[in-house]
Amino acid sequence: MTTYVVKRVLLMIPTLIGVAVLIFFLMRVVPGDIVELRFAGEGGFASKETLDIERARLGLDKPLWRQFVGWMGGLARFDFGTSMWTGAPITEEIKLRFALSLELALLSTLIAVALAIPLGIVAALKQDTWIDYVVRLFSIAGLATPSFWLGIIFILVLLVVFKWLPPMVYTPLWVNPWQNILQLIWPALAVGYRYSAVAMRMTRSAMLEVLREDYIRTARAKGLWQKLILTRHALKNAMLPVLTVIALEFAFLMGGLVVTEQVFNLNGLGLLFVESVAHRDYTLTQALVLLVATVFIVVNFLVDLAYAWIDPRIRFR
Amino acid sequence: MAMLETLVDVPEPATRAARWRAATLEFCARRPLGAIGAAVVLLNLAVAAFAGVISPYDPLATDYGAMLAAPNGAHWLGTDAFGRDVLTRIIYGSRTAMTVGFSCAVVGATLGAVIGVASAYFGGKVDLIVQRVMDIFLSFPLIILALAVVAMLGSGLQNVIAAITVPMIPRAALVARSSALSIREMPYIDAARAAGFKHGRIILRHMLPNVMAPYLIMLTAFLGQAILLEASLSFLGLGVSEPTPAWGLMLRGAAVQFAESAPWMAIFPGFAISLAVFAFNLFGDSLRDALDPRLRSQ
Amino acid sequence: MTALLEVKNLVKHFTVGRGVVRAVEGVTFSIERGETLGLVGESGCGKTTTGRCILQLERPTSGAVIFEGRDLTTLSEVELRPIRRKVQVIFQDPYSSLNPRMTVGQIIAEPIAVHNIVSGAAARAARVKDLLARVGLLPAHAQRYPHEMSGGQRQRVGIARALAMEPALIVCDEPVSALDVSIQAQIINLLEDLQSEFGLTYLFIAHDLAVVRHISDRIVVMYLGKIAEMSDRKSIYDDPRHPYTRALLSAVPIPDPELEMKRERIVLGGEVPSPLNPPGGCVFHPRCPIAVERCRHDVPLLRDLSPGHVAACHLA
Repeated sequence: MTTYVVKRVLLMIPTLIGVAVLIFFLMRVVPGDIVELRFAGEGGFASKETLDIERARLGLDKPLWRQFVGWMGGLARFDFGTSMWTGAPITEEIKLRFALSLELALLSTLIAVALAIPLGIVAALKQDTWIDYVVRLFSIAGLATPSFWLGIIFILVLLVVFKWLPPMVYTPLWVNPWQNILQLIWPALAVGYRYSAVAMRMTRSAMLEVLREDYIRTARAKGLWQKLILTRHALKNAMLPVLTVIALEFAFLMGGLVVTEQVFNLNGLGLLFVESVAHRDYTLTQALVLLVATVFIVVNFLVDLAYAWIDPRIRFR
Repeated sequence: MAMLETLVDVPEPATRAARWRAATLEFCARRPLGAIGAAVVLLNLAVAAFAGVISPYDPLATDYGAMLAAPNGAHWLGTDAFGRDVLTRIIYGSRTAMTVGFSCAVVGATLGAVIGVASAYFGGKVDLIVQRVMDIFLSFPLIILALAVVAMLGSGLQNVIAAITVPMIPRAALVARSSALSIREMPYIDAARAAGFKHGRIILRHMLPNVMAPYLIMLTAFLGQAILLEASLSFLGLGVSEPTPAWGLMLRGAAVQFAESAPWMAIFPGFAISLAVFAFNLFGDSLRDALDPRLRSQ
Repeated sequence: MTALLEVKNLVKHFTVGRGVVRAVEGVTFSIERGETLGLVGESGCGKTTTGRCILQLERPTSGAVIFEGRDLTTLSEVELRPIRRKVQVIFQDPYSSLNPRMTVGQIIAEPIAVHNIVSGAAARAARVKDLLARVGLLPAHAQRYPHEMSGGQRQRVGIARALAMEPALIVCDEPVSALDVSIQAQIINLLEDLQSEFGLTYLFIAHDLAVVRHISDRIVVMYLGKIAEMSDRKSIYDDPRHPYTRALLSAVPIPDPELEMKRERIVLGGEVPSPLNPPGGCVFHPRCPIAVERCRHDVPLLRDLSPGHVAACHLA
């Protein structure tokens, strides 16, 4: 097992370096740079000298490879540098945003799991009955409904029916938990619905697979509850794919909630990414992408670990 | 003796068209929900194709006398902040959605399938490198990658299509590769290699058609995802730009701003998105059930 | 006259995890033009891998595969292409050896078009019809998909596909072992007819001596990646020298019940050892009924016992 873990950890490194290379050069291919945007963007005019001085200050005049090596060197010392746009240390820029995104992702996961697992299991146990159909339609609708639109509808309903709007400024959980939940529960519901649809479908099909096993078929005559208890063992294996989609969706939420954040006016990682790209804030964008990719890769790694733990054959592949 | 066995039965070989007809009829009979989904998809395509004929107004025509009008006899779904007819813009918006959906899904699934199949075919170092590169692309959330591509290319219909297609390719490649791996080991691929066929022919003619089932499943899944992504990008103002009618764009700005006084602006385009994606998913789900050999025996 | 195919010291190792599977360990034989060489051994003895190395579907670890005077192992994939049509293959499983998405007509016509053996669509269609007739199928079968045919019919399609390229050598990799016994004879007869008609050379791979007896001129018996015994058909059956060949022969049923009753049966104990970790000395010694101390340590070399008859056994 140890060798497997070490091997998997080592495999993460080239992927992360690849991500770093990709985003570094992708950003530099994007037309326009931060200096132009800041000085010439507002309709103002700046002389070439001013632009050059500013570029030199940000280190943008150095050859690309030296910029890249410099960035990598900093990363190796866990120094992410400063934002080119605000000048603040990147860790400071990201800290609060990360907390918000993490909390939103966790809350959505909670909602999704609470919905998906029981509904998925019931749908499978009652396969091809009206319960199954309703659950499936509910989940397909969940996949089809854009979360951001659902968010708009939530706001609309709160506004029109309850004459109330969720607070617009982020209050961290440790400052005022009630205020915090009041604010985050709506986007979490909007996102959680779609998320639960993905997990629900996986739960249902995994459960069906288990129910197809012979020894469970023979137990058909017994009640629902016994069936569930009978399947408990097989369920552990069958739930792996469910765990996988839940984990991957979670990783996705950590950076992919751009639009929902926009609707609820939440300053999460997604919106920060859009802003930083718009500003051509190379250092911040790079750090963000690397962060999001790291979350994704680590989550993937944990999922693989879970598989290897449950099914030892995988370790030797 | 030698002829005995072979002469026994030669029934009329069914023509390709007849096969398809039979398969379609069976699909409709056994999977009514899927058939309904397919019908809505076709309807949606027809609406997109004949938008000019069926829509009551010009999608770009502004009517400052009827700004933010509630749904009424003249404007069934109301008007927006410029007095443009919401129904008309939804009808024309389906054009954008279908164009983006089909282009992205077809190009993304096809390119991805070719890459995945080729990777499985060559194996060894090629496969390893392709997999690593795909891993890199897969570790970006879909929308982040799409945003990066939009930032690079700028907005506009073609660029949006490119931005949505790029992140789909590695996902398609992953799926195609895993089913191509078993096909790679089939004796008929060995036969093709022993016949001295070129790699391209073996990949395109012998392997690709045999990953048709996962390909079609991916295609239908991508259709819905592409429409959702396009709506998201347009909503962020990074997709197609005004005044082009697009569902995501209709939800942007004024729709939120006037949500309380003119909720129809926010409600109906969202319904259009949901319905279109719902139909694709309904059809795709049933198609998957019909094509998945593990489920076929049921 | 030089042989059509010479296999010299062929070695093929596969790396599996940390281990090395020694599938083929130094095999040497040749096939003359128009001859049928039977290659016999239990599953896992390396006979199929030998066939695949000859076809260059696997690149050998070392050794040479000399076909019509050229060493195929030294050629690149591109250089091989024009030669490949000369060395064709018929597979064991008639279900997976035909592309399920192509009609029988397309399967047979494709190599004809690619190698431009016959040009023009009409002429190609005529050739396909002709080939179908040669293997005992009807022109109407060209419209069919493989899954609409029986196992025997599919194997005929496989043979037609190989014939379409006008090969000199066909590697028949257990072409009948997946078929019903009644159909096995038909296919063997068909292969013999085609051999005399087109002057074909066969490498006929099988897992028992019963099937190859009818069709082979010479026979090679393999065990754990090595040649145990090689000779012409008559002396293999009448005068087997290697204890492994004798054991294989004793498993072949004799149609005469009286003889069948009288003869002694050699039943080999144990399983074939894993080629991941072959035994030292003579690879056969753990299962050999007559093994002596020497067999544990000394590797027996192939010795000439009489002209054209070789065996790798200290006691032969």
